[in-house]
Amino acid sequence: MTAMLTIRDLHAEIEDKPILRGVSLTVPAGEVHAIMGPNGSGKSTLSYVLSGRDDYAVTGGEVLFDGRDLLAMEPEERAVAGLFLAFQAPVELPGVGNANFLRTALNAQRRARGEAEIDAVRFLKLAREAARRLAMPEDMLKRNVNVGFSGGEKKRNEMLQMVLLQPRFAILDETDSGLDIDALKIVADGVNGLRAPGFSALVITHHQRLLELIVPDRVHVLVRGQIVRSGGPDLARELEVSGYGAVIREAAA
Amino acid sequence: MSATLEQAGSRALAHFQAVRDRLPGCPDARVAAAEVFRSRGLPSRRDEAWRYTSLRDLGATSFAAPEAEVSPDAAAEWISLTRGLPRIVFVNGRLRPELSSLPAAISLGSFEVSAPKDATAAALPFVALNTMFAEDGMVITVDPDIECGPVVLLALTVGGNVDMPAVCLRHRIALRSGARLTLVEVAAGSGRYFANCVMEAEVADGAKLSHVRIQRESIDATTLSTLFVDASAGATYDSFTLALGGKLARAEVHARLAGPGATVHLNAAQLLAGSQHADVTTVVSHDAPACASRQTVKNILADRAHGVFQGKIEVARAAQKTDGYQMNQALLLSPEAEIDSKPELEIFADDVKCSHGATVGELDGDQIFYLRSRGVPERDARTLLIRAFLAESLADIEDAEARRMAEDALEGSWEKLGR
Ligand SMILES: Nc1ncnc2c1ncn2[C@@H]1O[C@H](COP(=O)(O)OP(=O)(O)O)[C@@H](O)[C@H]1O
Ligand SMILES: [Mg+2]
Repeated sequence: MTAMLTIRDLHAEIEDKPILRGVSLTVPAGEVHAIMGPNGSGKSTLSYVLSGRDDYAVTGGEVLFDGRDLLAMEPEERAVAGLFLAFQAPVELPGVGNANFLRTALNAQRRARGEAEIDAVRFLKLAREAARRLAMPEDMLKRNVNVGFSGGEKKRNEMLQMVLLQPRFAILDETDSGLDIDALKIVADGVNGLRAPGFSALVITHHQRLLELIVPDRVHVLVRGQIVRSGGPDLARELEVSGYGAVIREAAA
Repeated sequence: MSATLEQAGSRALAHFQAVRDRLPGCPDARVAAAEVFRSRGLPSRRDEAWRYTSLRDLGATSFAAPEAEVSPDAAAEWISLTRGLPRIVFVNGRLRPELSSLPAAISLGSFEVSAPKDATAAALPFVALNTMFAEDGMVITVDPDIECGPVVLLALTVGGNVDMPAVCLRHRIALRSGARLTLVEVAAGSGRYFANCVMEAEVADGAKLSHVRIQRESIDATTLSTLFVDASAGATYDSFTLALGGKLARAEVHARLAGPGATVHLNAAQLLAGSQHADVTTVVSHDAPACASRQTVKNILADRAHGVFQGKIEVARAAQKTDGYQMNQALLLSPEAEIDSKPELEIFADDVKCSHGATVGELDGDQIFYLRSRGVPERDARTLLIRAFLAESLADIEDAEARRMAEDALEGSWEKLGR
């Protein structure tokens, strides 16, 4: 199978502090991979580096997305190329209406791809449908982006964006944290609904629960900026029982 | 620097001597104003009221009226901004009836110059200067319980390339009890000039004046406006001032809450770039009980732009249950941009609620990244966030046409911010 995302020996630091210390990972087209690992191991850093946040300095390695040099692209170019990050901590945008935000994003991507823009009326129809499928109250489209949203509403709003933007590669950074079981199912449905030979995802999570609903092709464990173990879906179950301790000791040995 | 201003002051007086006999109306008020101006002179930064704003640019003005005429094309272009609304158009300080179209509910009164009754107001140097030279202005009365609006007051000035002519308009608005008017005031022009406008507004019991002011003067202009508002019992004066143009601009407002239960909103936004300097100065006098005043001033400053907000709230002993609020917010888009904020509270009543605050910030990097990660180009992301900063100010403009005019004016301003 062709690789959609290839990460080779990636090193990154923030404020001169090395966080990613040689991450290598390949996600073939059509596969969903999970990344697990203790807090502070660099999972969010990896997701930010992949989406192009410039607080992080890449000090080594390379990332290929569909064969293109991902790290040379601006964040908006990566989005246009089909990359999507569901933020662990979604950002509030006071004064920006949610519907306007979603349409601006969708049309910016369409424009950049040379596709026709979607008018306000048709967009609202699409957005309402998507919101309903995610069991989001309709007034969340009218409110300012993430302002006054509960933790769960913010995560659902990330899923709404994902569903509307139809990425080719989604990174979900702990989208399941703080969600109840119903919300978890909605997130899983969102991802599973996109699953196709041309869609891949990287699901960052601490919990086996989500991985029962989105069954990953591979599971990787990130510890102190390195992938110390990779395996099939069983690895997530194993970690649920034994914790990260054993994996960490094993890696240190 | 005072030498420049002193010379300019003398030039104003000399020009007055030369033209006084040709000015309309009885000269007494003008001569008295000239005496006030002679003793007062042009203010320097040593004057407390002008501490943050230098009038050095006035060194170039002749105080003479402009000689150029507005071309029909240019006039048509400016008039197209009025969205087909009823309008009163002034060009170079003179009413142009053939370009104007008044609604039936309003009749224009005849222009006549007189000093403000209030001695402090009459002593302000630019009010005195206006009284000396003003040749025309909008004089309107809205009769009791008549609802009218929106009406556009468009003032165009065609300035010079080298010389700096001056224009003084003197407007007077009276809303009788229970009357309502939405007035959209647009000031625009080209070339170099000095605009010195004075407006006096009376809002009688239970009347409401909604005043949207769009200042999009020439980038080479010096533009000063002084507005006096008197709000009677239960009256509302609701204003939003959008400052976009001018090299040097000041919008000064003196608002008096004269009757119980009056409300005054003096909101403003200034979008400045290059070396633009704009100043919002307000004096809100609570003279009666149970009145409310609200001011939110937003500054968006790029390059070396300089924004100023001086806001004074005076609460008289009789003005119990006063509710006063003042907020100055600045968004600095460049490390060289500058904001000065001077709130002042002078309270003589004991049962009042008055607060003021100021914030200064930059665009938020997390917000920009969030938008870019969704495919929005950086430039558009910045524009979206700047617009968001202004969103509530615009949303507060009640009249949809007036709001559209303010939005249209803003639309043309993103370019200059280089975003
Ligand atoms: N903006 C930042 N400034 C300084 N240190 C940071 C910053 N962001 C993350 N870190 C550090 O980088 C390490 C990895 O963080 P993160 O990628 O968020 O881990 P995870 O998502 O796996 O919990 C942590 O030690 C964290 O403290
Ligand atoms: Mg994290």
